[in-house]
Amino acid sequence: MSSHMMEGGHGDGFTPHGRSFPWLHVVGYLLSLVLTIIAFLAVLNHWLSGRTLISIIMLLAVMQIGIQLFFFMHFTEGHGPRYHIMALGFALFFTIIFVGGSVWIMSFGGSQAY
Amino acid sequence: MAVSNKDLSGVLARGQSAGHSHDENELRVAGFWIFLSTDMILFACLFATYLVLRGNTDAGPTPQQIFDVRGFTEETFILLTSSFTCGLATHAMHEGRRGGLITWLSITALLGLSFVGLEVSEFVHDVGVGATMQRSAFLSAFFTLVGTHGLHVSIGILWMISIMYQILKRGINATTARKLTIVGLYWHFLDVVWVFLFTVVYLMGVM
Amino acid sequence: MLPHYWPTPVTGDPLIYGADVSIALVSIAILFVLFYYKKWGWLWREWLTTVDHKKIGILYVIAALLMLFRGGVDGLLMRTQLAQPNMHFLESEHYNQVFSTHGTIMILFVAMPFMFALFNIVIPLQIGARDVAFPYLNAISFWMFFFGALLLNISFVIGGSPDAGWVSYAPLTEKQFDPGPGENFYLMALQLSGIGSMATGINFLVTILRMRAPGMTLMRMPLLTWAVLAASIIIIYAFPALTIALALLLIDRVAGAHFFTMGHGGNPMMYTNLFWIWGHPEVYIVLLPVFGVFSEVFPAFSGKRVFGYSSMVASLMAISIVSFLLWAHHFFTMGAGPGVNTYFGIASMAIGIPTGVKVFNWMFTMYRGRIRMTMPMRWAVGFIPNFVIGGATGVMLAAAPGDYQYHNSFFLIAHFHQVLIGGTIYGSLAGMYFWWPKMFGFTLDEKRGRIAFWLWNVGFYVTFFPQYLLGLMGMTRRIYTYPPGMGWTNLNLLSTIGAFLMGLGFIYIVWDILYSTMHRSELKDVTGDPWNARSLEWSLPSPPPHYNFAVVPTVTRRDEWWELKKSGRADVLRPTAQDIEAIHMPNNSGKPIIFSVFFFIVGLGFVFEWYAVIVIGLAGVLATMLLRSVEEDTGHHIPAEEVRHEEMALGRM
Repeated sequence: MSSHMMEGGHGDGFTPHGRSFPWLHVVGYLLSLVLTIIAFLAVLNHWLSGRTLISIIMLLAVMQIGIQLFFFMHFTEGHGPRYHIMALGFALFFTIIFVGGSVWIMSFGGSQAY
Repeated sequence: MAVSNKDLSGVLARGQSAGHSHDENELRVAGFWIFLSTDMILFACLFATYLVLRGNTDAGPTPQQIFDVRGFTEETFILLTSSFTCGLATHAMHEGRRGGLITWLSITALLGLSFVGLEVSEFVHDVGVGATMQRSAFLSAFFTLVGTHGLHVSIGILWMISIMYQILKRGINATTARKLTIVGLYWHFLDVVWVFLFTVVYLMGVM
Repeated sequence: MLPHYWPTPVTGDPLIYGADVSIALVSIAILFVLFYYKKWGWLWREWLTTVDHKKIGILYVIAALLMLFRGGVDGLLMRTQLAQPNMHFLESEHYNQVFSTHGTIMILFVAMPFMFALFNIVIPLQIGARDVAFPYLNAISFWMFFFGALLLNISFVIGGSPDAGWVSYAPLTEKQFDPGPGENFYLMALQLSGIGSMATGINFLVTILRMRAPGMTLMRMPLLTWAVLAASIIIIYAFPALTIALALLLIDRVAGAHFFTMGHGGNPMMYTNLFWIWGHPEVYIVLLPVFGVFSEVFPAFSGKRVFGYSSMVASLMAISIVSFLLWAHHFFTMGAGPGVNTYFGIASMAIGIPTGVKVFNWMFTMYRGRIRMTMPMRWAVGFIPNFVIGGATGVMLAAAPGDYQYHNSFFLIAHFHQVLIGGTIYGSLAGMYFWWPKMFGFTLDEKRGRIAFWLWNVGFYVTFFPQYLLGLMGMTRRIYTYPPGMGWTNLNLLSTIGAFLMGLGFIYIVWDILYSTMHRSELKDVTGDPWNARSLEWSLPSPPPHYNFAVVPTVTRRDEWWELKKSGRADVLRPTAQDIEAIHMPNNSGKPIIFSVFFFIVGLGFVFEWYAVIVIGLAGVLATMLLRSVEEDTGHHIPAEEVRHEEMALGRM
């Protein structure tokens, strides 16, 4: 890269935005703390039991994905086609298939109800 | 280099998508999202293994016996906070504030370091009470799953240091901005993985 | 204290001594040529450091053909041992090693590089791009594959080959039952090449999605591009499962963990499960690209556009997703519940539907076409009956209750050779003959090619038809000998004869390549479009300049090049002086090969459990990455004037 391209501070196609308070990040952070605390208290204080509790804390964890994606990773921003949304969607789908499928398949030996 | 990017502006103006001009950075971010998808599947397989093997304690230590509520709670809040500070570093970058960027990124790396430190002390403690990965299938799966995440975090810290060095040396330009964006994505991704570790391994382990 | 090994040479077998001597002789000959003709600089500059997708593609072809030779010799050794009952040609232990390396090499180091050769040589040219999205990463992919293959191949002279089948099932592969470094070689070789494959998947997905020429919408893409897109999707989501399966088994072996052991709560079937989460999609990784090849070859030599383009696209995408949903059919006999076996049986049959759609479309493409029986077309036509039989026997195997009968028998062996040779190898060879002129500037000789094809095709049926019958008669796979009086003798002998016919066919293919290289001036392709074909790569000279397109073409419809030729406007794609501008290209780099050498050192360290070596290797890997990260100048511009000169020299302006 030649030196004249670095002139004018930011050069090379980078243009800074103006100053602003990072509202999105603060809200995202607070939400992630709240969700974690709820999950934590729900388990330690035995608010619910068994499958219901597991479903609730899994749901809270899934909501945390949403928070990281939208508030921090700016998932929906960006130029050009949004193939990365599709890629991550597939990844989520196959995650469920592989984890669920493995547990289903490997529960052989008589204990499973199909 | 004899020819600068300016000479290519005509080519770009005509909407050409081919070539290796300024959209190279954007391509790399796109590629990194795909890489994150593969990393997600990697963790999916480790989670699947953990879930299949977690009951197989071979009469050795069980999750309830070895998980330390205080320890994993601290780890969780440290990592959540580091994800936030990493976001602030990216925010400072978008505003072109190099000082803010370096400050927030250093804080992120330090938080990451203390997370790794806590995890290592947790592992050392477990091994001390006889819960080694050679003891049972549950422990093999536990150490591998949590350890793989810890390894990712450690690599992330090294990566951040390298990027801080480059930003200090060259300032914020399209290339260093892209690099920071990518390491940020990586870091937030690790936070997501941890939320699932926290939920599936630790919370469900002490239930 | 964990044991570790010394890389002792494997001794005691005349076959291995023979291999040792020939390896030494070939290495000395190569070194002699390089020193005598002072070719080191040329080799380094033009090949070892290249990031040009066309050259990387050629490297993949060479590697695939070399490995096909090695894997083929393994196959012939096995067939020789089985030709008669109670043979003592190979000892049982040696036989185990031979079938393990045969399978591993054929899938990972023949089929995969053939696919990646296709990806690299054709895709950027076909979509009107100047290179792939990440050329540097592309070089890393090749070298990781190369050193992975090298690691597996040195095992049979140093330390001992893996001997637990290409699937390397636990608990047989646990240290307790399989001490020695053989299995470590397998685990690290696959791990290394797997990293390369994953990077290739990412690279080509981004290339196809983001680097197409203006106007080439998704539904205007050639079908090979669609097929590679589908295969890349599979690579991206399937390979991590292999990474994990191999890593966990390695942790079991070197760190004494209990993932897949018999005791301490380990579950050996979890290895099988993880392996096939990758393994089944892998079958489609090596099949979808050749489906793409056939979708280019049939229209080109039938003089018609492909029949049912949209249904072709839909079935490719359907296969790529459904391929992830049927992995458990590889272990029906594990004894999972009836629910599991029922679902996976039905899903396995269902994937036959999109595949069937494609076979009909290819046949309808030929229907009433003006067919030219060239070499690519011959392999393509030969593929159809092959694949129909392979598909039909596949549906038989998919029926879970029936599978209890066929499982691990020669029926299964015949089935998967039918689809993998009949599909992947026929397709790769069709593709090789088709794009050979684009790579090298001359076509391959037709007459020798025809002999090779017929030897191979007849040999194929003679080899594998008897194996279906043997399987139904109860002969299981992986047995090194059998007693007389089972009724298997004649069929085995017939199968062996067929195998040698195929071997002869391979020799003829190599002879065809050598003969055509010697007569390349007569076989020269001067037009750039020797087959009168349809897609953009044929609008370029053969071989294309390293920047591919002097001016990136604008696409307005499917089969743009064919349509332009038909309307007599093919010249539209030739560059004009004022359109040519400076072209930005990536720099060559020595780091990919150095990076991969360090990974190879890590691999050796794990194989022999030398921890210091692992640390040194990893430090090298990290250092190379860091040096690359701080590198500022990774590309250069070719001035417009130089491009003009080159195009003029090519007679394009």
